[in-house]
Amino acid sequence: MSGTQPPSPGQGRDGEGSGSLQPPAIGSAGAEWPLWEVFVRSKAGLDHKHCGSLHAPDAKAAIQLAREVYTRRQEGTSIWVVRSEQIVASDPGDKDMYFDPMADKVYRHPTFYELPESVNHM
Amino acid sequence: MYTQAMDLMGQEERSALEDAEKQQRFDARIDAGDFIEAKDWMPDNYRKTLLRQISQHAHSEIVGMLPEGNWITRAPTLKRKAILLAKVQDEGGHGLYLYAAAETLGTSRDQMLGALHSGKAKYSSIFNYPTLTWADVGVIGWLVDGAAIMNQVPLCRCSYAPYARAMVRICREESFHQRQGFDALYTMMTKGTDAQRTMVQDATNRWWWPSLMMFGPPDDQSPHSEQSMRWGIKRNSNDELRQKFVDACVDQAKVLGVTLPDPDLKWNEARGHWDFGAIDWSEFWRVVGGDGPCNRERLAARVKAWDDGAWVREAALAHERKRVFKEAA
Repeated sequence: MSGTQPPSPGQGRDGEGSGSLQPPAIGSAGAEWPLWEVFVRSKAGLDHKHCGSLHAPDAKAAIQLAREVYTRRQEGTSIWVVRSEQIVASDPGDKDMYFDPMADKVYRHPTFYELPESVNHM
Repeated sequence: MYTQAMDLMGQEERSALEDAEKQQRFDARIDAGDFIEAKDWMPDNYRKTLLRQISQHAHSEIVGMLPEGNWITRAPTLKRKAILLAKVQDEGGHGLYLYAAAETLGTSRDQMLGALHSGKAKYSSIFNYPTLTWADVGVIGWLVDGAAIMNQVPLCRCSYAPYARAMVRICREESFHQRQGFDALYTMMTKGTDAQRTMVQDATNRWWWPSLMMFGPPDDQSPHSEQSMRWGIKRNSNDELRQKFVDACVDQAKVLGVTLPDPDLKWNEARGHWDFGAIDWSEFWRVVGGDGPCNRERLAARVKAWDDGAWVREAALAHERKRVFKEAA
């Protein structure tokens, strides 16, 4: 994704996030409201989870709109929003290298160790 | 010059080879039932087909707010008004989930809306029919949303993950839409007046055939179907889903006490399905082509809403720019 392209929902950037968070100029070619990613905590004790994207002019409006769009039926107790262009994502091309199943490192798993029956519930 | 051309040729060959490899890997992933994410490599036509389908779906949700919105101020009770408001708000939400999913393919929201407003992009032609009575609102829930659910449930397993995720969310909410419609009709049929029962039958008569057309042209006349099935964008054929819908509706109509307006509707023991009469595809193509009862009105309403809202969109941006500027100072 080139640096000049607007971010797409859920994609993030390959490189560093943009430093500037200026909304676009009115009447400019891309005068769309900026894009935000929405994260919702479904109930106390759980993580916030990515649930979608939306366009909003500012952070306060983004939270308000996220409530209307993503939590109409008790789907959440807390919302995070972040400008999509601020998300830095790993490159899918690196997937094999980054997320190798590490079949050769079985000792990382507890089941690798066979213990005497009497303490095997450890 | 000569050598340069040779070099270029080499590069082109290499990149064609690379694309072939990527294509092969993509096909293998589709065959394995893998999901494709936004940043993954995908063939251009896969991207184009998805963009067309998802944006058309998003437009349908948004335009679909109009025929029902027509009845919000005239709903017969406060309860029905609250239900209808919630339903129409849901349709707006569904449009937003879908626009966001389509945007992941690299086309902006404004571009998609521009295509809708210029008449270049299509939306489901069912919304070009008018809602003449309150019973129409119930029948839209029962038949139109019922057909939509039939179409949409398989899309929850679409190979393009952002679309599949949006569809999971939509299907969860759509079930409320169908049930509220049936409930409204059932109330009129079992507790209403003769005039109300006649009204429900009339609405059923008018919406039945357009609902069957919602599944799209017959399989042998649906040019994109085969490729879409191959790509896992589509999971069932048009005719297969249409039959499933007819089978489900026959029983529901019986419970409701309405007659489906098709004299050829007959149980076929051998097939284990209901046979139904011929669909008037010339009507379908006429409405898709722009000459349905409400095509111009619907599009004009969307364009007006967009134009009238321009100052709000601009003012909100100006407000934020001022805040950022003040903060910096």
